[in-house]
Amino acid sequence: MHAAVITFPGSNCDRDLAVAFEKAGARVSRVWHKDTELPQGVDVVGIPGGFSFGDYLRCGAIAANSPICRAVVAHAGRGGYVLGICNGFQVLTETRLLPGALMRNAGLKFICRPVTLNVATTDSAFTGGYHAGQSLRIPVAHHDGNYTAGPDLLEQLRDEDRIAFTYAEPVNGSAGDIAGVLSENRRVLGMMPHPERAAEDAHGSTDGRQIFAGLVGALTDA
Amino acid sequence: MKARVHVMLKNGVLDPQGEAVRHALATLGFDGVNGVRQGKVIELDLAETDAEAARAQVARMCETLLANTVIESYTVEIV
Repeated sequence: MHAAVITFPGSNCDRDLAVAFEKAGARVSRVWHKDTELPQGVDVVGIPGGFSFGDYLRCGAIAANSPICRAVVAHAGRGGYVLGICNGFQVLTETRLLPGALMRNAGLKFICRPVTLNVATTDSAFTGGYHAGQSLRIPVAHHDGNYTAGPDLLEQLRDEDRIAFTYAEPVNGSAGDIAGVLSENRRVLGMMPHPERAAEDAHGSTDGRQIFAGLVGALTDA
Repeated sequence: MKARVHVMLKNGVLDPQGEAVRHALATLGFDGVNGVRQGKVIELDLAETDAEAARAQVARMCETLLANTVIESYTVEIV
């Protein structure tokens, strides 16, 4: 399984994300935002957390219009997998690969702490290794994680079983306490919590590891 | 030719920053502020000299980058 991890100016979780993929058994290529193409044979693209382009204009907006993101949108259009974490989730909503938008936290504070998530669907390569309703301990670190979606979109996401994770209790004002959503074809996942920071014993939790292991397993068998 | 873009959260989208400003104003003794909405003003200096062409060009910029039309609306003013 071949993963590509993108680095934008201001990304700060790119190395951690690459390490999490590597430890799960993936081959990882690091990709710069000015590159216009992904490496040959990439199965999954990881868009890391951080503050791409200083969060100028809107979080993720400038990154979403960078040369590499055109290649990422094309990759997703071909049925390729994409995992966007934190700022990566913001980038994915800005590219419209995922619906909704991430606004300033309802309490206006930057929130950096472990939270409890519930696995809301196991029907994806990302979440297939968990059991439905399983509680996970994974940290969040964001200022703009307040998932905003109108009633119609919320209903659609629920009907189509596309909510991947919810917060066990309100964290940032997100509609429906949504922490992560899937694309229509279930191959693009955006989530605010950081599974790459809950992937090794030294992290204090390994609950995030299964996302990477599950992807590697699903894409290696394929 | 210069253009000015106003980007605001759409009606119905909760604006936590505007709410915080409203609370701060009340704390300072400014009574009677029923609501505050916070947005952005973006000024552009354009090579285009035709006002209608400039307006169309800036609208495309808004749709592509300057506004997130999922949650924001924009107005373009040619000045």
